[in-house]
Amino acid sequence: MNEALVAIDNLTVRFDDRPVVDRVSLALHRGDIITIIGPNGAGKTTLIKAILGIQAATSGQIMRAKDLVIGYVPQHLSLESTLPLSIQRFMLLSGQPLATCVSALERTGISHLLQAPVHHLSGGEQQRLLLARALVRKPDLLVLDEPAQGVDINGQAALYDLIRELRDELNCGVIMISHDLHLVMAATDKVICLNQHVCCSGHPADISHDPAFIETFGLPVAESLAVYHHHHNHSHDLSGNVVSTDHSDPATGHEGCQHEHH
Amino acid sequence: MSIIDTVLNDFFWRALIGGLGVALIAGPLGCFVVWRRMAYFGDTLAHSALLGIAISFLFSIPLNLGVLITSVILAMALLLFSRNKTLATDTLLGILAHSALAIGLVALSFMPEVRIDLTGLLFGDLLAMTRNDLLWIYGGAVVILSLLTLLWRGLLMSTIHEELARVEGVPVERLRLLLMLMFALVIAVAMKMVGVLLITALLIIPAATARRLASTPEQMAALAVVFGFIAVAGGLSMSWHLDTPAGPSVVVTAFASFLIVYGGASRFSARRSA
Repeated sequence: MNEALVAIDNLTVRFDDRPVVDRVSLALHRGDIITIIGPNGAGKTTLIKAILGIQAATSGQIMRAKDLVIGYVPQHLSLESTLPLSIQRFMLLSGQPLATCVSALERTGISHLLQAPVHHLSGGEQQRLLLARALVRKPDLLVLDEPAQGVDINGQAALYDLIRELRDELNCGVIMISHDLHLVMAATDKVICLNQHVCCSGHPADISHDPAFIETFGLPVAESLAVYHHHHNHSHDLSGNVVSTDHSDPATGHEGCQHEHH
Repeated sequence: MSIIDTVLNDFFWRALIGGLGVALIAGPLGCFVVWRRMAYFGDTLAHSALLGIAISFLFSIPLNLGVLITSVILAMALLLFSRNKTLATDTLLGILAHSALAIGLVALSFMPEVRIDLTGLLFGDLLAMTRNDLLWIYGGAVVILSLLTLLWRGLLMSTIHEELARVEGVPVERLRLLLMLMFALVIAVAMKMVGVLLITALLIIPAATARRLASTPEQMAALAVVFGFIAVAGGLSMSWHLDTPAGPSVVVTAFASFLIVYGGASRFSARRSA
């Protein structure tokens, strides 16, 4: 096993004594895609901000690999209309040469918009620009905050495909927040369901049966997801709760969950 | 006597040279005021300048220095207060702006031996610019323009997306502090010219006018300087020929060029789309 890009141990972030992120532990390695899901106000964005190093932790530890380059794709690029900025200029602000910038834009499919003002982009184009901006730095770790927001359904699937391809090309780790449960379930290695604390985590196929997941998202959502994944790697106890028969352990560490070995 | 001396001995030329120096720094800084929505912040710093003048008299230090120190302290206080989110920033700024102005006026009234021209402080007294003022303006211009050139990419990045900038290692907080200190400096040197009530206009109007014509941030900063020059030169000649107060005349000229550029540009784009 290679060394973790980021390892979080018992991380807690409190705002005004209210824990927003509560004793979360996770580790992310090269090639992993971890998706964080959870209801609004679950602390998802706070958690990734702590990973990014722009949110101080109240307690717990965050270890980052040495010289880790992080590519961050924020939720929005809400640029003031008073600030004139072309896509080319925005990309060049990364400090990378133009050719590198252009090839990153080509990779995300918007190089034809090089001279367009950033303000005129559609939601999908904006996400692709932010993704290109993250790529241009050749990141070891890609952190995305709801990358498919404002993108239409077809575009969403394409965007998640692109993220997976980029993971393969860059051999980077990916951690993202998403609400698109169905798409995420297919695109990720590991899902962490966050509700301040980690309410459950594991392989997407398993997590939809997890009682904690069902409690958080409701039975209809869980069942609709289960339809997509006909896995039978666990059984139920008499009260209908999942008795895990595999590696997915909601309570403690989750090392190794990202591999198929059942 | 050299030609430089001849020029600097003439109050009109001093006013023009000083005004152009202020426009030179107000242009790029004004862009940041517009981009970062700091207009009200600029107002607050400017209003505190009056308090700075009272303090200067109290401790008998040069006016510019007193104003600079006061606005620096106020800028730092604002930075600290704004971390505490109990009050909305504009409420906080409103409280501090007018309190600083009022305290300054009250403090000055306690010093009857100090004879100052209040109108000059509030609305500027461009034509009373001294050689010493010119030294302050161009000294400030050198400091501010070199800092802006040096820090341009980081400042721009943190203006575009603060968190993205932080992830990329831009020292966002330090740059914000430096920007505020630059505002304090520009207010200290520009106060004499347009007065505490009109300084923000000199920052915002040329930058806003430039926005209509610029397609890059650098173009906008350069054009803001040009429109600042136009405002100063136009305002001064208006003052000269019509005997109007110089500071307000500069702002009126700036506003006129804003109207012309926006009016002309919208007519142009209307014709294009027709």
